[in-house]
Amino acid sequence: MGEITLGQYYPTNSILHRLDPRVKFLGTLVYVVSLFLVRGPFGYAFCGAVLLVLIFLSKVPFLYVLRSLKPILFIMIITMAFNVFLTPGTILWRWGFLKITEEGIRMAVKMGIRLVFLVTGSSIMTLTTTPNSLTDGMESLFGFLRIFHVPVHEIAMMMSIALRFIPILTEETDKIRKAQIARGADFETGGFIKRMRAMIPLLVPLFVSAFRRANDLAMAMEARCYHGGSGRTRMKPLRYERRDVVAYAAMAAFLAICIVFSVTGL
Amino acid sequence: MSIIRASRLGFDYIKYNDESEDAEKVKAISDISFEIEKGDFIAVLGHNGSGKSTLAKHINALLVPTSGTMWIDGVNTAEEDELWKVRQKAGMVFQNPDNQIIGTVVDEDVAFGPENLGISTEDIWSRVDEALGKVGMLGFRDRSPNRLSGGQKQRVAIAGVVAMRPECIVLDEPTAMLDPNGRREVLEVIRELNKKEGVTVILITHYMEEVIFADRVFVMDSGEIALEGTPREIFSKVDELKKLRLTVPQVTELAHELRKAGVEIPEGILTIDELVDALCG
Repeated sequence: MGEITLGQYYPTNSILHRLDPRVKFLGTLVYVVSLFLVRGPFGYAFCGAVLLVLIFLSKVPFLYVLRSLKPILFIMIITMAFNVFLTPGTILWRWGFLKITEEGIRMAVKMGIRLVFLVTGSSIMTLTTTPNSLTDGMESLFGFLRIFHVPVHEIAMMMSIALRFIPILTEETDKIRKAQIARGADFETGGFIKRMRAMIPLLVPLFVSAFRRANDLAMAMEARCYHGGSGRTRMKPLRYERRDVVAYAAMAAFLAICIVFSVTGL
Repeated sequence: MSIIRASRLGFDYIKYNDESEDAEKVKAISDISFEIEKGDFIAVLGHNGSGKSTLAKHINALLVPTSGTMWIDGVNTAEEDELWKVRQKAGMVFQNPDNQIIGTVVDEDVAFGPENLGISTEDIWSRVDEALGKVGMLGFRDRSPNRLSGGQKQRVAIAGVVAMRPECIVLDEPTAMLDPNGRREVLEVIRELNKKEGVTVILITHYMEEVIFADRVFVMDSGEIALEGTPREIFSKVDELKKLRLTVPQVTELAHELRKAGVEIPEGILTIDELVDALCG
């Protein structure tokens, strides 16, 4: 695979890295659904154990995985606070209009665990799959939407072109920025409004150049006989291997166990 | 049969002024006729705005003539049903290597053309291997194009066209954005493709040094072919070239000035070695 600096991808060679992107996408979906199925402590413990096994299998350092929780920390605290203070039930403690209930604490802990598992679980997918193969997987999985006239191939093509041009445009932004600084532009001082205004001489040339590039690229694609997704073949088509079948079986077993936990309420 | 034939080719576009609604008809190229044989190496010279890029886009059917006709291997480029056939037969390489690479990995980019042609996966692999080998980039197949030098990127772009097995390749100023090393790499690849594989090459450029290897040179000016001939014939017309705002290679100019000053040497000297032979021989 190529070197892609974008996104969370952690390049190593684990069994999870080698899995078909479709398996990983569906697996993430199954995991998220299961998190909302289980209700009791044993169910959560089971989901947590599976998550630990997955992190181990991915060969991604544990702390590196946990880093993905950083951006949602704030949301998590707010959600938990709402749950603690606003759930009606047996009152444990009251101060003015604020009250903490037993049910509230239970709910908050549940929500916290769910959010942590959900984000960690889905980041295992993005850590082990390159953005490009994820795009390929989605194109194949959502292919059925073509019946409803959703331009699946075109959307996937747009995503992969965007991925290719992000580093180029980043480099260009840097160049324009330096050119404008050389002409006396000031990007660092002043309040919010002033700084936003200072972005204009950066954004205008960037957009002009992006449109020019888009125009050139469209012409180059047409010159190479691109005419949409129909009649197109692939150099690296997605093919299921034995390990993918095994992964699907494990996924089904996991879902079944979670349903049992859900029904029994353990 | 000639591979490319143009008969009284013309292309107009309409230019709108910013303020008024006046539409102005601009002739980008007018009344051009020529024939190019299979396996030829043709160079097209001209300053900016001479119409050379417009002509190039006609060969690939990116533009369709507003008057006259263009045939590629006997197929009229104006026929919409034959569009993809024309584009497969006549590949095109553009100036900016960054803006024509689609894949995020080198071999996936080379595969883009064959994928569009609907070829089976095994064939795509063999074509990609072959094309990357021909441009000497096989060792870079798993790299990201963003990490390559300009010359390497342009070779990947050429491989992307070669993988479609075209009869001819049009290169629109492929070296304009490259450093001298990259320029040399790219030109070597182009010459090899022409000599070893017998691919017809149409090289559009404004570097005089690059046309020395051509079989024939077209010099364009204001939408017309102003001069045509072998590099030697073209370069013996130093004064005319200067009138067309083109500079001849330094050696040729020196030889020309020496001749004017009365030294007995032939016209149209192209390389330093030739001048040495002419002076000392």
